[in-house]
Order: sequence, then structure tokens, then C-alpha cells
Amino acid sequence: MSTAADLYRTVRLIRRFEERAIELVRTGEIVGGIHPYIGQEAIAAGVCAALRADDVITSTHRGHGHVLAKGADPARMLAELLGRSTGLNHGRGGSMHAADFRLGILGANAIVGANSPIAVGAAWAAKQAGSDRVTVSFFGDGAVSQGVLLESMNLAALWQVPVLFVCENNGYATTLTVADAVAGTITGRGAAFGIPSVTVDGMDPQTVLEATRDAVDRARSGGGPSLIECLTYRFDAHHTWEYGVRVHYRDDDEVAHGRSRDPVDVAGERLPADRRARIDAELEDVLADAVAFALASPHPDPVGALDHLYATGLRARSGGGG
Amino acid sequence: MPRLSYQKALNRALGDEMELDPAVFVLGEDIRVAVSHVTASLFQRFGPDRVLDTPLSEQAFTSFATGAALAGRRPVIEFQIPSLLFLVFEQIANQAHKFSLMTGGQARVPVTYLVPGSGSRTGWAGQHSDHPYSLFVHVGVKTVVPATPTDAYGLLTTAIRDDDPVVLFAPAGALGVREDVDYADLGPIPLGVGRVHREGDDVTVVAIGHLVHDAIAVADELADEASIEVFDPRTLHPFDWDGLATSVAKTGRLVVIDDSNRSCGVAAEILATAAERFGLDTAPARVTRPDGAVLPFAAELDRAVQPSRAQLVSAVQGVLKSR
Repeated sequence: MSTAADLYRTVRLIRRFEERAIELVRTGEIVGGIHPYIGQEAIAAGVCAALRADDVITSTHRGHGHVLAKGADPARMLAELLGRSTGLNHGRGGSMHAADFRLGILGANAIVGANSPIAVGAAWAAKQAGSDRVTVSFFGDGAVSQGVLLESMNLAALWQVPVLFVCENNGYATTLTVADAVAGTITGRGAAFGIPSVTVDGMDPQTVLEATRDAVDRARSGGGPSLIECLTYRFDAHHTWEYGVRVHYRDDDEVAHGRSRDPVDVAGERLPADRRARIDAELEDVLADAVAFALASPHPDPVGALDHLYATGLRARSGGGG
Repeated sequence: MPRLSYQKALNRALGDEMELDPAVFVLGEDIRVAVSHVTASLFQRFGPDRVLDTPLSEQAFTSFATGAALAGRRPVIEFQIPSLLFLVFEQIANQAHKFSLMTGGQARVPVTYLVPGSGSRTGWAGQHSDHPYSLFVHVGVKTVVPATPTDAYGLLTTAIRDDDPVVLFAPAGALGVREDVDYADLGPIPLGVGRVHREGDDVTVVAIGHLVHDAIAVADELADEASIEVFDPRTLHPFDWDGLATSVAKTGRLVVIDDSNRSCGVAAEILATAAERFGLDTAPARVTRPDGAVLPFAAELDRAVQPSRAQLVSAVQGVLKSR
């Protein structure tokens, strides 16, 4: 059973992880930037608190929160962002592809909507194997406009697959508002396939946890898929690339209003102040160690740049010379 | 000796692998009634959990297979129409193919994409007549184009057992090929090993898929003029470069016949590699579809765009003239 302290711990871990990662983007230690999850932490924390260790998730380009909430080691996750050989993917994936298969994390995915059919297939295979394992597909409001997501919902409902579609509606697909992108409603899409669909407050991990528990119970008992739309707000940039360019798509008042309800506080206010402070201090140590580990980790050897290109170990021809 | 058709060889390989390994299952459109014949009787033998008729959602069911593969299954997807591969290029080239590397070796995606009826079927026109194997070679997906029933059986078996995604193109022009076989001789054939169908000394003709049979016919037709070696790579990626090098070392001359569009097609890669490595005696030649071709509908127009025996004869004669 997850306690309020567990939920707070996860939310705070993700927040501080992202803040430390942004520092490392600014200092140039992380190349390629990141899509910060800041503001949306309650969703990953609430959803993953409702899962068992053997349950499975598929994640998105904004995936750090999901990966951490599902239990990935923050130090190896950070090492992955730094492209080090100690990283979760040995430096082959980076921010947008972090994965830990031993923890049921089938990877973040850089193509919007692309993880949903993968989740449905993994969930179907688990059911076929007689397992009551469930699979979660995380995606954003932008993915709602991808045909493959709707195809996946249809397959999941048709075959009663134990999958949860978790939509993080943060109001924007990069710069495009939901109002300018989505006709009808997001839950209406689930309802059209006969999928039980709810909209919940995505800033409160407890609320997300309860909605997820209902969906997980249904999936485990053979009731098929569910859709949970979590209303949230992205506090930071779409991508850290925004720090260096002038793109204006949200006015300051809106951002201030969006940030006024912070999941860290929503979760933190449920704890006695001293308890909260102890957790904060522990996490500072965890992250200080993670940063030190990542920075001290070796860079991968370029000789092995195409290691793992084929699972069978096939070596393709090199690109140079004759 | 029983006579085995190419189509039946694919059917037999699928059934044998499903019998052998419960992780194998088949999915695709209209496969329970086996519209393409390749999945004939599999639904009756293996039931609905292992033979899945899918809705017309190619993108979803292609990545569904990736998800099932990540969870330990060995899916085989049948695509009725080769051009559907354009629709699912993202799911194969950008998802299934990249998982192993991107996850640092954590993931295996043993999915087989089976295209029974690739290339022209005559009269199926612009959007049903493509032969896009070169695209998959280019992005690095393992790509197989068997020419004979024995090779179709053996290479499909290997593709299913392989731990990486493999696309198997079964050319429409080869589906009717029949061969006397002893069933006991059928077995897996390794990827990346070519086959010399006919030995010769004067020129090596590399032929792909159904064109192997045209190359053999041309070799017979020109037997009085030249001794032609017919080399069938069978797998386009990985390619049997050493096997081809051996053949060309003997003949010194090279012609390629390939049902791809000319620019950046597999024939272009073979000629480039030969120029770099093989020390040819004369300039090589290739017979392909034209640059950027779209197959027109009318039968004579359709044929006009595909590589022909007449073109191969003249390419071989041209290469031999400069001896």
C-alpha cells in the first residue's frame, strides 16, 4: 500500500531529478537537451504506485518521471542522460529512450503515440501467457491526434487487453493548444470504443492513484482496457531547447496560474513538516550521489558505437574506407 | 518425389514452426480464411489464439507485434500487399529495428514480416505493385527474397527463429514456382549465404527473387555464346559479399538484375561494392526498374517498367563484347 509519504517521495524525487538534469543541460554535460517533466510528477507517481513490480510501462519523449516512478535507479538514469556506459541503456538511448526491462520499463519512445500499440501487444502477450500483469501506455494530449493510438484503442477493446491508456493532458502539443488540436473530448475517444474513460486531477498523486487502482483492478480481473485522462500543466519548456530561443505560446499570467497548484505541495502538505524535510534531505543525498556517479562514469568507447544493432550480434559493414 | 509449390513451402514452414515453438503466432488481414493461401489450415490447426485476424489497422498491429515480441513471443505478420510496408515503415524501421541498439541490448524483437506477393501481379497498378526490399536493406532491417520453394521454406524458418526483425519478400512472380523435393531435405537456411544456381566462367549474373528464374532461362538461351554463372544472394541484408567475390573472381564480369527502382536500389549497391572490391575486367551493367518508377496499370505498360529477359540478354552481351 502506498502511503502519502511514498507518493510525496516519488513526486519530489522526479522534481529534483529534473532540476538537477536541467543544470546539467545548462552546463553542457547533457547533450541534446531534455523534455522536463516538471509539473506533471503526480501522474507518474500516482500511476506507478498502483502497479506491481512485474507490471509493464511504455513511456514518451517526456519520460523521466515514468522511468523513475517505476523504480529505475536515478544514478543509472542520470548516467544515461549523460551518455555514459553505466547508463540504463549503456549510453545508447539517452533521455528519449531510457529503458529498464528488468523493471518492466519497455522504454521511452520519441515518436508521439508510437508506444501505445507496443503496450497493447505486450499486454496481450502477458494475458496469453496466463499472467494477470497489466501494461500502462503513457502519452500526452498530442498523441490523441495520432491515428495509431485510436487503432490501438480499438484493438485493446476488441481483444479485451489488460492495458491502461494514461493521457497526460498538459494543454499543449509542443506549442499547439488542445483547443486548436482536439475536436470533441479525449475521454470521448475511449468511450467510442467502449473503453471506461475518466478525467481526473493530474496534479494530485492520490487522485491519480485511486483512478489507476480502479483501472488496474478491472484489467487484472479480465475487464480489459481503461483510459485515464489526467489534467495537468507543464511548468517548464517543452524542451530545454526553448531556453535559448524566443518562442512565445503561453503568456506569463497563464504560466503563473498553471504553476500555482504544484504537485510537490499538494503531496507535501499531507505530511508533517519534519517528515517532509527528512524526505527532502534524503533525496538531496540520493541525487548528489547520482550526479557524482554519472559525472564520474566512463564514456563509451566509439569502437562499440554499433554494438547491439542486432540482437544476434550480426556485424554490418563499416562506413569508412574501402 | 513430392512436388512443392513456393506458396505451399511458406505454408509448410509456418505450420512447422508453430508446431515446434508455442511462442510463434501469425497475425494479419484475412489470414483465417487464408486469402493468400500462405496461412491455409493454420486456423483449424492452431486456433484463434495463434492465428489472429486483425482489423485494417496496419500501423497498430505491426507495433502490437513488437510489443508481443518484447514480451517473449515470435510473431509473424502477413501483409497482403507490398505497398502496405510504406504505411508501416515507421513501425518497422523506426521502432522494431531500433529497439535493440537504443536499449543497449536489453530488447529483442523477433518479428517476421511476410509479404506473399511482392512486386507486380500484373494489373494491380500503382499502389499494389511495389517491390520495396531495397528500402529495408538501406535502413538495415534483415531482408530476405527467396527464389525457390526450398529456399522459401528454409529462409522463412530461419527468419522466424532469428532474434531480430526480418522482412521476407515472396515475389508474386515466384509464387507459382514448383520444385521436386524430399520433405526430409527441407530445413533452415542461414541468412547471408547466397546460392549459385548455375555455374559459369564468363560472366556472373546476380539475380534477385523471381528474376533468378529469368536469369537461368537467359543463361540457357545464351549457352552457345557464353558461360553464365547465376548467383542468387537469397538474403539482401546481410549480403553474401564473399560468395559474390568468389564468383566474380572467376568470371571477372558482372551483371545485376533487380526489380528495384534504379537509383539507390540493391543493384546500385552491388555495382558500387564490385567497383570498390572486386577488380572487374569490364564495366558492369544492371537491369532494374527505371528511376522513380510507378507501375502503370495496362499490362503492356506494367511489363515495360519491369526488368525483362530481353534487357538482361542485351546487358550480358554488352558486358561480354568488351572482353
